[in-house]
Amino acid sequence: MNPPLIEVDGLCLSVNGVPDHSIVRDVSFRVNAGEIVGIVGESGSGKTMVARSLMGLQPPAITISGGDIRFEGRSVPAMTGKELRALRGARLGMVFQEPMTSLNPSMTIGEQLDEPLKLHAQLDANARRARILDILLRVGIRDVQGALSAFPHQFSGGMRQRIMLASTMLLKPALLIADEPTTALDALVQREVLELMLEMVRGENTALLMISHDLPMVARYCDRIIVMRQGVVVEEGPVDEIISRPREDYTRELLHSMPVRGANRTIDRAVDPVIEVRDLEVEYRQKAGLLAPKTMRKALHGISIGVWPGEIVALVGASGSGKTTLGRCIAGLVPASSGRIAFTGSEVKPDEPIWRDYRQNCQMIFQDPFGSLDPRMKISDIVEEALRHDRQATKSAKQERVRTVLEEVGLGERYLDRYPHELSGGQRQRVAIARAVVGRPKFVIADEAVSALDVTVRAKVLELLADLQRRYGFSCLFISHDLGVVEQLADRVVVMRDGAIVEEGDRDAIFDTPQSDYTRALLSAIPTLTRTETGVSLTWRFAQDGNATAETRA
Amino acid sequence: MKRHQRNRIIGGALLICFVSAALLGRVWTPFDPMRIDLRSKLQAPGAVHWLGTDEFGRDVLSRLMAAAGTSVSISLTTVALAVLAGVTLGVLAGYARGWTDRIIMALNNAMLAFPSMLLALALLSITGANIYGIILALGLAYTPSIVRVVRGSVLSLREREFIEASRVMGNSPAYTMARHILPNCLGPVIVLATSMFGSVLLTESALSFLGLGVPPPAPTWGNMLASARPHIAEAMWLGIFPGLCISLSLLGINLFGDAIRDRFDPRMRGL
Repeated sequence: MNPPLIEVDGLCLSVNGVPDHSIVRDVSFRVNAGEIVGIVGESGSGKTMVARSLMGLQPPAITISGGDIRFEGRSVPAMTGKELRALRGARLGMVFQEPMTSLNPSMTIGEQLDEPLKLHAQLDANARRARILDILLRVGIRDVQGALSAFPHQFSGGMRQRIMLASTMLLKPALLIADEPTTALDALVQREVLELMLEMVRGENTALLMISHDLPMVARYCDRIIVMRQGVVVEEGPVDEIISRPREDYTRELLHSMPVRGANRTIDRAVDPVIEVRDLEVEYRQKAGLLAPKTMRKALHGISIGVWPGEIVALVGASGSGKTTLGRCIAGLVPASSGRIAFTGSEVKPDEPIWRDYRQNCQMIFQDPFGSLDPRMKISDIVEEALRHDRQATKSAKQERVRTVLEEVGLGERYLDRYPHELSGGQRQRVAIARAVVGRPKFVIADEAVSALDVTVRAKVLELLADLQRRYGFSCLFISHDLGVVEQLADRVVVMRDGAIVEEGDRDAIFDTPQSDYTRALLSAIPTLTRTETGVSLTWRFAQDGNATAETRA
Repeated sequence: MKRHQRNRIIGGALLICFVSAALLGRVWTPFDPMRIDLRSKLQAPGAVHWLGTDEFGRDVLSRLMAAAGTSVSISLTTVALAVLAGVTLGVLAGYARGWTDRIIMALNNAMLAFPSMLLALALLSITGANIYGIILALGLAYTPSIVRVVRGSVLSLREREFIEASRVMGNSPAYTMARHILPNCLGPVIVLATSMFGSVLLTESALSFLGLGVPPPAPTWGNMLASARPHIAEAMWLGIFPGLCISLSLLGINLFGDAIRDRFDPRMRGL
């Protein structure tokens, strides 16, 4: 057997060299030439730090307190700065998470791609230019000549990530490290970029180390998976084994945290819908030049939907599809330019008496658990504030209700006097949910309510939301880009694109027999998951025609 | 770390000295700071008059203590006035935006364009040189910078989700501003107010020195410095002690202000 390309042997990383502050303990793994390996873990698992230390790029406060990293037989921690620099770029490439910030905004694409070539390859200007044009073509940039003199802001996120990939693959590195390479991208674009990345590393026989929190995605593209948690390797093995026969409890928990289709429920649609939206349009005033007339941009083109009592309707679509705008418009945060919103049969408008009643009955759960709670208020005060407009209840009755609802979301007595920064992301989102439901609203809008949470936490918060929904019976508009979560929770699904509804139907119908190509393409990005006795099995929908739809989309 | 701690202690100690001297000066001074005693004029520091006497034979230490009270209370009231007006206008401009914001900020920027000393001088010519006039003039002159800081943090705060959450709960704009925006933008205001305190103290001394401050015979450090000027050759202490008071109190305020900034700015924490 050939020696491994990179070998990590008992690696320990700690803060300022203090062994008690270790963030990675005794991590060992190897990656062979041409192999595709994924490191999976939740936030705080140390996966990014391991990846960075492979290139000697860990932050200055973090030191290697034990173990060794050998790249092609040479110890990386023992290398001098000069040796490391010769390695980076040429033999070791890295693709970062954020395509918006990983390219220099003030340099043209051509200059940025030329930089590593000048540094590491002995080529004249013409040969370098030919290689750059060639690689840009291969990553799917259409106007390659034009791209050379273009700046990063002229490209979309997905295109930038392609350019980033081109710049790392220019020198044909032996190992490419991709740290959450597509997390910031939409599901569709994500798949295109990943498949391109795979195609390129396979073509050059480059090994790929993919770091991600997204287990299904890693399982789809990697040969081997390393599961990390709290700085240690939990389990390592070939993809099939990890997925179908995990040995460790944590891996099983991760797998079982992935959403599966929920039970079918019957919703009575003979009655008035709780919320009925008719021909809703929202226009934004677009910023124009100094002398140009102001133009209006339509974010919603006449949307009509209804949500019936006790129903969970999911609103899905890529970013920019208008799903969040629709939710915010129904909540009254964005004014509608035309159309009507009816609440239990009667039309509501701001500044009319009925709006007060509607306001109390339409609550919202926001995406960012770090931003949606006032940092200077105690948890109990945050939840109690939602009852401020309840005139009947006494102060002590309100406090009692706050205590009960916090208990129900799993936050006991001892959390009452804490401040948001003392809570974890999952706990904060529980507070946000408690605040939304404490006034017993008839309708709750959840805008990407679980998107910012780790997989295992997300599963628990989703369960809580479903549980509360059953208990209180509120209707819910669940806005999400994550179709897996939608499949678990929703009764009905509305697919949006470019401010219009593409397709709408019962959950099973949308997921099993989607009518539009766009829905099909969205669905091809997520697996169908079935739990087996020992683990799970993943199958991918519409994988064969995925490329076709992706192309028609562009 | 060490240097920071030392600075904080020195700053705090200096401030405590001056504030307690000012407080003590309200109830007790070695001599009546206003009592004229021409027989003992221009005495050098000694056993009876620790810091000497001025050209009218008034005790310098007593006058400095009385002046400390005047300066501290003028500065405090001025800063309070500027903070009150600045925070109100800033929150209003940042939260309402649109024309409210444009008008407030246009006036504000116009005021910011003048050096605060010049602005205070101009305003003093309207209000007249008395203690209320000074507070009003200085307060108005220092308001614009608070408006700026507050508006900036309100603009970023109002995009945060907990402000939207407050709207969804049905809270009125006034309540949202008072309950959610105001407490969250106080951090930078406190930092600014501390450094402003020193700056106001200095401006007030300068105005007094120019004869536009609290009218004599009431002592301030500035007018004591001014009246010492003709006698600088024969009685150095007359100029030195008020000058020392001004510089040491400023040093204390600035060192202490740095400590407060470190406390409120998480980026500076742990240094």
